[in-house]
Amino acid sequence: MMKHELHEILRQHDFFKDLPEDDLLVISGCAKMVMIKAGEVLAREGSDANNFYVVRMGKLRIEQQAPAMKPQPIQTIGCGDVAGWSWLFPPYRWSFDVIALEDSRLICLDGACLRGKCENNHSLGYRVVKKFADVLRQRLHAASLQAMDVYAPRED
Amino acid sequence: MITTDVLAPVVATVREIQQETQDTFTLTLETPEPFNFKPGQFNMLYIPGAGEAAVSISGDVTQPHELIHTIREVGNVTRGLVALKPGDQLGVRGPFGRPWPMDVVDGRDVLVIAGGIGLAPLRPAVLALSAKRAEIGRLTVIYGARSPEDMLYAREFLGWKDAFVARATVDTASPSWRGNMGVVTKLISPVDFDPTRVIAMICGPEIMMRFAIRSLSALGVEDDRIFLSMERNMKCAAGICGHCQYGNYFVCKDGPVFDYDQVRKLFGVKEV
Ligand SMILES: Cc1cc2nc3c(=O)[nH]c(=O)nc-3n(C[C@H](O)[C@H](O)[C@H](O)COP(=O)(O)OP(=O)(O)OC[C@H]3O[C@@H](n4cnc5c(N)ncnc54)[C@H](O)[C@@H]3O)c2cc1C
Ligand code: FES
Repeated sequence: MMKHELHEILRQHDFFKDLPEDDLLVISGCAKMVMIKAGEVLAREGSDANNFYVVRMGKLRIEQQAPAMKPQPIQTIGCGDVAGWSWLFPPYRWSFDVIALEDSRLICLDGACLRGKCENNHSLGYRVVKKFADVLRQRLHAASLQAMDVYAPRED
Repeated sequence: MITTDVLAPVVATVREIQQETQDTFTLTLETPEPFNFKPGQFNMLYIPGAGEAAVSISGDVTQPHELIHTIREVGNVTRGLVALKPGDQLGVRGPFGRPWPMDVVDGRDVLVIAGGIGLAPLRPAVLALSAKRAEIGRLTVIYGARSPEDMLYAREFLGWKDAFVARATVDTASPSWRGNMGVVTKLISPVDFDPTRVIAMICGPEIMMRFAIRSLSALGVEDDRIFLSMERNMKCAAGICGHCQYGNYFVCKDGPVFDYDQVRKLFGVKEV
């Protein structure tokens, strides 16, 4: 896929759409399109987090492995969502498994490439980190609501 | 003026009882006269010896010969209600309360957000909205449940998915679950509605409603187009005893459906 096509796709994607054109141009230099089939594993907990993924179409599930237990599904993600923040933080290893539930189209971003560009351009870095801070904020809210078990009978 | 009618129950007979989930059942009742109501209204159901509880009407407004209630067993009265068998009798007072704003939906997108047992008071609204789809904009129903096994009206929900946008999500599930997992607010998408005109109807645990309102406000949905159904303990259900007081309101009479503009200051405040 041509770089300008990637740029256009990023521009229209929920996650990137409010970034300045210059940022999108730089980011598209680290991006490529990938497809994954239902049932395939996108990432394994503990493996190198060289990339992160932005979902264009399809559905994936984030799971946590626990010894002597079945994998624990945590959340599903779909169009507009992001899989992976470990590319930002040393030692750059995935914290969860990510499995495709449906055939999915993703934008794969090369974490090392983007980290390098963010180090060289702190304004870009600030905007990218702000985007990921928002993803983390939303995941934290979601996780606390799920942990509160809000639909259970009340204990007055 | 309050007549004595609202305080005197009519005797209803159980025609059918259907298990929805492990702790929730749907009762179909017959009343001596057709039972007319509006979506969002509730009845007081009375079991001799156990007492009375407020329960929303979950049936179809066009079918007044069958009175439908979906009941989650949580205490004395609800335990008595779900133990009823076909042919048993119970007391019914109602219908009470301010309904969902079905009079303002024409020409507008409608977003229904339900959590847990909160789908029960919304079901009549969904059925009525579905029946008048030609007169409204887009209809979207979003439902959050504890787990796949805790989803109400599961089979009917599949039919809704064929007719309009209907999405469900659960908080926990086994790996075999292929559906959505995560909080209900994640399913709110401006792709489905015009935030400047949509009418939102929300019912569920207050904390879930708080998060849903936050998401809608962030998208630009104004407070007076967000409608909520509130729950408070009820006694008379007729605006007499003050048991259900909520700030300046009595939930039984001024609610249970409020627009968020009315209750914003009270919402999320403990014990008002
Ligand atoms: C307007 C209105 C509409 C309602 N509609 C429905 C409905 O359609 N279906 C339905 O099942 N209930 C509904 N309720 C809730 C129902 O009235 C209460 O659950 C009622 O308290 C049950 O009486 P009980 O004697 O069985 O339990 P109680 O003895 O009153 O309560 C027993 C235990 O259950 C907990 N509890 C009470 N209410 C709830 C609740 N809503 N959710 C979780 N835990 C609770 C209490 O904290 C207590 O620990 C509605 C309430 C209102 C005000
Ligand atoms: S229950 Fe008596 S005033 Fe509302």
